[in-house]
Amino acid sequence: MQRIGVFVCHCGTNIAATVDVKKVVEMAAKEPGVVHAEDYQYMCSEAGQAKIINAIHEKNLTGIVVCSCSPRMHEATFRKAAEKAGLNPYMVEIANIREHCSWIHKDMEEATLKAVILARAAIAKVNLDAPLQPGESLVTKRALVIGGGIAGIQSALDIAEAGYEVDIVEKLPSIGGRMSQLDKTFPTLDCSACILTPKMVEAAAHEKINIYTYSEVEKVSGFVGDFTVDIRKKARSVDMSKCTGCGVCSEKCPSKKNPNEFNRGLNNRSAIYIPFAQAIPNVPVIDRENCIKFKTGKCGACSKVCAAGAIDYEQKDEIITQKYGAIVVATGFDVIPLDKYDEYAYSQSKDVITSLELERIMNAAGPTKGHLERLSDGKSPKNIVFVQCVGSRCSDERGKSYCSKICCMYTAKHAMLIRDKYPDTNVTVFYIDVRTPGKNFDEFYRRAVEDYGVNYVKGQVGKVIPQPDGTLMVQASDLLENKQILMEADMVVLAAAIEPNKDVRKIATMLTASIDTNNFLTEAHAKLRPVESPTAGIFLSGVCQGPKDIPETVAQAGAAAVKAIGLLAKDKLTTNPCTAHSDELLCNGCSQCANVCPYGAISYEEKQVNDHGIRETRRIAVVNNALCQGCGACTVTCPSGAMDLQGFSNRQILAEVDAICR
Amino acid sequence: MAYTYGNKENAAERIKEISGVNPLKCMKCGKCSATCPAFNEMDIKPHQFVTYVQNGDIESLAQSKSLWKCLSCFACVERCPRDVKPGKLIDAARQLVVRERGQNYLTADEIPELLDEDTPQQLLVSAFRRYRR
Amino acid sequence: MKYSYYPGCTLKNKAKDLDAYARASAKALGFEMEEIEDWQCCGGVYPLGSDEIATKLSSVRALNDAKEKGQDLITVCSACHHVLKRVNDDMKNVDDIRTRANNYLKLDTPYEGETNVLHYLEVLRDEVGFDEIKKKVVNPLKGKKIGAYYGCLLLRPGKIMAFDNPENPTIMEDFIRALGAEPVVYPYRNECCGGYISLKEKDMAQNMCEKIMDSAKGFEADMLITACPLCMYNLRKNGNGALPVYYFTELLAEALGVKEEVAK
Repeated sequence: MQRIGVFVCHCGTNIAATVDVKKVVEMAAKEPGVVHAEDYQYMCSEAGQAKIINAIHEKNLTGIVVCSCSPRMHEATFRKAAEKAGLNPYMVEIANIREHCSWIHKDMEEATLKAVILARAAIAKVNLDAPLQPGESLVTKRALVIGGGIAGIQSALDIAEAGYEVDIVEKLPSIGGRMSQLDKTFPTLDCSACILTPKMVEAAAHEKINIYTYSEVEKVSGFVGDFTVDIRKKARSVDMSKCTGCGVCSEKCPSKKNPNEFNRGLNNRSAIYIPFAQAIPNVPVIDRENCIKFKTGKCGACSKVCAAGAIDYEQKDEIITQKYGAIVVATGFDVIPLDKYDEYAYSQSKDVITSLELERIMNAAGPTKGHLERLSDGKSPKNIVFVQCVGSRCSDERGKSYCSKICCMYTAKHAMLIRDKYPDTNVTVFYIDVRTPGKNFDEFYRRAVEDYGVNYVKGQVGKVIPQPDGTLMVQASDLLENKQILMEADMVVLAAAIEPNKDVRKIATMLTASIDTNNFLTEAHAKLRPVESPTAGIFLSGVCQGPKDIPETVAQAGAAAVKAIGLLAKDKLTTNPCTAHSDELLCNGCSQCANVCPYGAISYEEKQVNDHGIRETRRIAVVNNALCQGCGACTVTCPSGAMDLQGFSNRQILAEVDAICR
Repeated sequence: MAYTYGNKENAAERIKEISGVNPLKCMKCGKCSATCPAFNEMDIKPHQFVTYVQNGDIESLAQSKSLWKCLSCFACVERCPRDVKPGKLIDAARQLVVRERGQNYLTADEIPELLDEDTPQQLLVSAFRRYRR
Repeated sequence: MKYSYYPGCTLKNKAKDLDAYARASAKALGFEMEEIEDWQCCGGVYPLGSDEIATKLSSVRALNDAKEKGQDLITVCSACHHVLKRVNDDMKNVDDIRTRANNYLKLDTPYEGETNVLHYLEVLRDEVGFDEIKKKVVNPLKGKKIGAYYGCLLLRPGKIMAFDNPENPTIMEDFIRALGAEPVVYPYRNECCGGYISLKEKDMAQNMCEKIMDSAKGFEADMLITACPLCMYNLRKNGNGALPVYYFTELLAEALGVKEEVAK
């Protein structure tokens, strides 16, 4: 028989205002095995923990129940306290009477009854608890960074600087990401490429960093400290070791009318191409869908002109398998498609563009060589209208519920740059709210208004009306004047909402990392663990976790790196002892458990068993305790009841159910 | 003409009920008023309708000529990013008014002089639906 | 293919052409429109209060009639289509309305939005196919530059009408192309003409119709087509005569070579 102590926490008024804690103590004391019960204002405090330690010593307790908050908050605290007093930490059970009880109920009587029942269930479980010993697993001292934008580059550099090997996997032919497409950056207006490319070069040159471009993560298995990842290196059709990056192949390529993704499709590129001048690696890739050689078998122009003999039409995708201790996700974002916002005439007029397209137009390497001109007729626009919140802050199914966060600032930047470079151009910004929290941000926006004469109008645009002469009429609200405005524009720029990269869902599934309804990766704790996924060993860097600008992205990328470094610095990790095991006398080798195991932890062995004197060889399930995460899927699937989970045995769970139903 | 509209206390609630609109969803972006083809004819503008219902000032809405200028074209309903649908509020306010006896905006006596030889039945039927009890 | 057909009041009176050309063209294209017996007026406007039941019953009767025959329900008039489609959506998705309407009607089997409501244009696009129509055109309308006037009722609310992209529709332009003419896209094609208020607010209606006409004319349209008798009346009456306005079915009948037949 166990000697159990029950400790009921008030959590200030968090619990005590709704649950009669004295009553819980009184009822718990009557339960079988309970030899001690008390309450205290803050059980997690030093004094509270001391009460537990003292009671263990004084009453020779063999098991503990703490009625308090979620085990996610303080299970570790109480297990450590028990351990200090010489008790096996797995003899501690938490009854969650805060999140599961006091916070969600209003009626004291009902809540108290529920708290008593929850305590009873935990006591029933402790009665069947046995001491458990955690195992150990080794840490592979190498990190994987998925995504080679500024977030991924920064995380990789920080991890590499700490002395660990890092691989960056980037799906596009070059690293650089979204930031490489930007012209200037707020609030200091430095050129994006000028501050990004040194980082790209540094990453490429770093002895600890290995970059796989034009590559995708294909398969992930294993667990924290010991992931195994398959990376598909897509066939570039160019031998990277031979290519000198001279660019003659692109010049001579006859297939020239393929939309240039880097310039958001505003101009064309050849089928063999280097995405942009500062690309890393400076090696072209053949877009096989548009290559004449691949389509018809006839051509081979690039191969003929390549002095280095680097063109390789036979090249095949390659799978690289590598082990990692930590994985940083930095998959970034894109702007939403605007096909559902045709009231703004985006698909009807070439002169209605997104802000990201404007970045390319303003950039010297862009489709207009940096001259601000209309894409329809090449004329300089005299009146430009910016529309904010296109698809952000929407509660209909067309848009996103969140604020995209960066639009107010980049629009102020665009407006200011245009007024600076083209003072004859009138710039009007239609806004709902101007949101500029950030260091020197509001001052930046005010400069646009006060020093550059940008016309900010509070009100949304209702419709953009293309005119026969090629101009655009913008019909909008001026809410402060309570007027409807009809304004002529030559160019309309839409601040389209941003959304996580489309591939993130696939990657999150491979990593078993959770994702929210907007496809942003979920953090382990919104405030206290903002750069960690709830899945151990997975870290979050950049916009894949939520909208953020460059300074925030870089800060978060560093934070994610530190968390990864903290993991890689350990030689061994303590493994959870709450793993599954199969009873070889009951197991009939049916394979159902292996089929449901998400971690590939179950295999089968032909084993000699002695079943009540009968010796025979049977096929039985064997669990790899290092891989098992204790999810319990196998135990509920097993038809013969052979599979059981330590610390959550079938007997214990049924005892809890019995205690609740009693 | 003085308008009445039943119990003043719950008039705002009635409008929310009839329209199925929750005015609290509004973020005051003004897209409805930016979109409205009848904006210039309205004394209370579409975006203001939402605020009036929020504040419970139905008296002013009942007196507003906007009730009769709204085209029921649903452009504001279609483009509202918050699913507030101001047009439905205007429809509901008009309903509240015409459901009161003696508040009809159209009388049978007026009809002959409004008609011409091409007037489609549809126009008369819908006018009766919109303007009378 | 055989459809239940709901003509509506106006098509029996001031818009007889719209109806006659639709029927003749259907025949030429090989589908049949079987008029619902004893149909009643839809009311011309979708009931404005979500608490109204009685004003939806005539639509439910028509919808149920089609259901009993196992046919899709087809309309030509934009307003009728709008009302029937939205009432059908209510019957399918709004529990309260469905229950109360069925309580009134006491049908043998309750009606729960089973009928598929189609506008004539949707039949042309989705069932006959514009490519097929193109093959059957005997008098291609070559050289005609036609602006489609959609108005409000076919397109909005987009989620329920599910007719086309409400901000940038293409169905009527594709239709125009199938007839061998050139569609003219102009921005006011989905803006309201003010039809509903044209009885009492003539100035407003005039203002709106002029905007539509001027916009279409600016993009060099020679004429407008519409599916709505009220838009037709309003545009003709209040649209400063800048462009002629026709029913889309008239042009269809002309292209298919059955217009003369109808005139007889």
